[in-house]
Order: sequence, then C-alpha cells, then structure tokens
Amino acid sequence: MTRVEPGPWRYFASRVVTAAFIVVGAITLLFVLTQLVRGNPAEVLLGPRATAEAVAEFARRMGLDLPVHERLLQFFGQVIRGDFGVDIISGRPILDMVLEVMPFTLALTFSAIALAFLIGVPLGCYAATHPNGVGDRIAAVLSVGLISMPSFVVSIYLLLVFSIWLQWLPVLGAGGSGGILDQLTRLVLPTSALAIGWIGYVARLTRSSMVETLAEPYIRTSRAYGLAESKIIYKYALKNACLPTLAVLGLGTGRLFGEAVFAEVIFARPGLGTLIYTGISTRNYPVVQAGVFAIVLLFAMANLATDMAYAWVDPRIRAGLRGTSAGRR
Amino acid sequence: MSTIFSHIWRSSTGRFGLILAVAIIGSAAFAPWLAGDPNRIDVFNRFAGPSWQHWMGTDHLGRDLFSRILHGARIAMEVAAAVTAIALSLGTVLGVAAGYGPRQVERPILILFDILYSFPNLIFALALVAILGPGLDNVVIIVAMTVMPHFGRIARAQVLRLKHAPFLEAERVLGASTARIVFRHVIPNIAGPLIVVAGMEVPAVITIEAGLSFLGLGARPPLASWGTLLHDGYTYLSQSGWPVFFAGMMLTTATLAFTLFGEALRDAIDPRLRMDP
Repeated sequence: MTRVEPGPWRYFASRVVTAAFIVVGAITLLFVLTQLVRGNPAEVLLGPRATAEAVAEFARRMGLDLPVHERLLQFFGQVIRGDFGVDIISGRPILDMVLEVMPFTLALTFSAIALAFLIGVPLGCYAATHPNGVGDRIAAVLSVGLISMPSFVVSIYLLLVFSIWLQWLPVLGAGGSGGILDQLTRLVLPTSALAIGWIGYVARLTRSSMVETLAEPYIRTSRAYGLAESKIIYKYALKNACLPTLAVLGLGTGRLFGEAVFAEVIFARPGLGTLIYTGISTRNYPVVQAGVFAIVLLFAMANLATDMAYAWVDPRIRAGLRGTSAGRR
Repeated sequence: MSTIFSHIWRSSTGRFGLILAVAIIGSAAFAPWLAGDPNRIDVFNRFAGPSWQHWMGTDHLGRDLFSRILHGARIAMEVAAAVTAIALSLGTVLGVAAGYGPRQVERPILILFDILYSFPNLIFALALVAILGPGLDNVVIIVAMTVMPHFGRIARAQVLRLKHAPFLEAERVLGASTARIVFRHVIPNIAGPLIVVAGMEVPAVITIEAGLSFLGLGARPPLASWGTLLHDGYTYLSQSGWPVFFAGMMLTTATLAFTLFGEALRDAIDPRLRMDP
C-alpha cells in the first residue's frame, strides 16, 4: 500500500471548497439580481390583466410571498435536487433540456481546445527554435491577426467560404440523426472557428515560454553533453515550456463557452449557447438561468481540473511553494 | 505625456496601432461628413457589390455599406468610451476601498470580484441581458459590469503596493485626512496602470458590444452598429457576402488597432502589467 502524502490532498480539498463557494456565490448573485430587477414574478407571469387577488394567490402558491433569503434557500434546495422546474413552452423538465444539449457544447469546446493545442504548440516550438526567421515573423503577424478576429466573425467567414462559395454542404446543424461521421463533419467548421484564435494565442504563449526555457542552464548543460537537439527541445524543454500554456487552459474554457454561443447560433447547432440564446429571445428566464448555471458549473470544474493538472505536472504547487493564479480573463 | 507618445511611436506595432486607432476615431467623429446618409433606402440597388458610387456595396435594403460602417464606428467608439468611463470609475472606487479600507470592506468586495470572475465574460453579459432586457443603453451597463473587476483588481493591487510608502506615512503623521490621502495621493499614483488597463480593455468592450448586437440584443435596427451589420449580413448571406466581409474586417481592424495601441501604451507606462500575451 502506498502512503498518501498529506500535501496533494489538502491542496485538492482546498481547491474543491473554493470552487464550491464560488459557484454558490454565482448562483446567489444571479438570484438576488433577478429578484431586484425583475420585480414580482407573479405579476410578470400572469400579465397586466391579472387581478391583485390572483397575483397574491399565485404568489402564495409558488412561495413568492416568503422573504428573499428563504426563497434563496428554497431555490438552492431545488438546484441541489436538480429541479429547475418545468419549461413553460415545451412542458419538459428544464434539467432534461440542459443535459440533452450539454454533450454538444462539450464536444465543440473540447475539440476546439484539442485542435488549438495540436497546432499551436508545434507552431510555437518552431517559432521559438527559429527566432526572427521568416516563419517566426509570419507566425507572429498571423497570430496577432487571428487573435484580433472575434470568433463570430471567423464563424461567419467560414460559413461564407465553405457553404456559400464552395458549396461544401451540409454545414448547419449537428447531424444528430446522420450517424457519427455526419456529426463529425458538421463539427469541423464550428471547431475551426473557435480554435483559430486560440491557435494564435497558444502559439504565442508557447513561443515566449519556450524562448525563456531554452535560455535555462539545464538546457545548456544538455547541449554540452551532446544530446540531440530534438531530444532537448521535445523531451526536456517542452515539458517546462508547456506549463504557462496549461495555466491558460482553464480560464480559456470560460472564454470558449462564451464564444461557443456564437458558433452554435451561427451554425444552428444545439447546445447550451443556443439554449440560453433562445431562452433570452423568448423571455424564457428559467431556461436561461439553468443554462447559465450549467456553464458556471462547467467553468468551475474546468478551472479545478486545470489546477489539478498543473499541480500534478509541477510539484512546487502541490507543496504550496507557488500559486497558479495567472492573470484571469 | 510627450515621452509616452514618443515611446509608443518608437515601437513599430505601437505606431501602426496608434495610426489605425486615430483613423477609426476620426472616421467615427466625422462620419456624417465623410459619407452619406446611412439609412437612405434604395430598393433597386440591393446587394450591390463595391463600386465607385458605393465603395463597399449596399445591403439588403440598398443602404450604402461604407456609410453604415463609418456610422458603426461611432457606436463602437461611443460604447467603448462610456463603458470604459463607468468601469474605470466603479472599479477604481471598489479597488481603492478594498485596498485602503478595513477588512470588513475588503472581504465583501474581493468576494464580489471572485464571483464575477467565475462567469465567463460573455455568459455573464448574456445573463445580465436576460435580467435587464436588450438595448444599447443596457449593453453599456452590462459590458461595464463585465469588465469592471479587471480595473478593481489592478486598483487594489496598486493601492496595496503603495499603502505603506514613506510619503504616505509622512502625510498621515502630518495629520492628513483619509480623504485627502486617497484623492490627492493614492489615486493620482495609481492612475497610470488604470489607464493601461482601460486601453487594454477597449478591444474586449468593442467585441462584446458587437457580439451582443449581432445576437440582436444590443443596438437595434435601423441603428448601424458593426454587430447589427454582421447580423443583417448573416441573415442575407446567400444573397451577398460583401456586408459580412466588410463589417467583419472593420471589427477585426478596430480590435487589432486597439490591441496594438494598448500593448504599446502598457509598455510605455508600466511594463510590469504584462498579464499574458
């Protein structure tokens, strides 16, 4: 039996507790804001022609006459049981609607991250090992340009080029009924749209940390020992150079979830983004709320996973010698 | 001031960004004189490509795209200015209160910042749209709330660095009031980094406004915002790609210009603020 070190577990526990607090805080903030701004939901739901008695009766039945903090507790109870209520429009449980579309959003964001890393890291390595060369210059200009282009512009451009000009249809929808190959085909454009900006970002980040790492004494030592350059770069330097890139991953998922809204709307894919968007357009607030909570929860979990991965890769963090708090976006 | 300017001018990317940014602000300011009426409808000339008469072609109602894009720059710049002003002042107040105030003040503010950070930017903006309702005025408030914590965090960090500086201790010993110390000494001393953050946030502000307007939640037709131009262009994408192409290019150029300018400004004022590439 292996002995469990106290360090990593304590670190893990403290991260989990923090994440839980943050999620609870986020839910509270949204709930309180809703109560403050939107006024009495009974009046809103029943419309302007409802009598005062009807509003009072409805409010009593729904527990809306309770003070805000009691309603908040009630609401948390429902959230923990996974009870987000029933959608007024479709008559289905809102939780089912969220769980049904979540895999689409996860597939989209994860494939975008994977693509960004698969292309961005080698690109950054190449630029770092050929500093100020033609490739490095082109990569620098390209990555700044790509970062500056908002993902929804990229999405529309891709749609324009591939569906209108080249007619490589079909690109819209998720292809739920068409089998795995069809689903993958329809994932290509939205994934690329999300990944393109990140490729530039990851490449820039990898380049700068790779340049820094290559100046370290242990690299010089490895060179003096006559190790092959490719081994030095890809076996020793890359591991350390990847750390800052890993750190942006968790925060990056947050931005990706936001950008995914546009990709989903533009490519008419089902997903949490489409759910929130149609919820806003149809003033279906409970659905919006549930969708936003799902994303906040996913974002918190992604951050947690990043912290864990970071601590796993870099023992200094486990020992509490360094923090992971990079500049948050 | 002139040293900051010359610093920016010396870096090639900074110069490029500055020229582009000035061109965009200029075309926003002089849009009514540079181009015709953005709302003049000409149904016989719908979806026209670029020509001498319409430099960027026309949209689905035959309106001149060049004029609409210049007027869109107006909205983008107005929103950017309003949002930055609100976020900067609110963030500074909260950040200074957290940094200089007692723990009872600091804790709730830091918790608020942490909670705001737990929302992805755009998702928080969408949640606020759902609560406050769509419209350009609300978008200004919403985007300001979304980017405010960045200002707050920087303000607090700067105040903490400054709090026990000898010259502030001296003021305190001389019996200066807290208000005097904060307004006469602390705020002027943290202004530089806050201006840098303001510059760096402009691209994000422009993008979020355009994004919300694209979703039909910000500027409403017939107002010509880059977001609504993209929305209209997307709706009629199969008829003409020009509206989408030019509006997207303009948005990208503006983001690029202010990113490069912001980075040069940061390097000129306070390179330690380099957050991430």
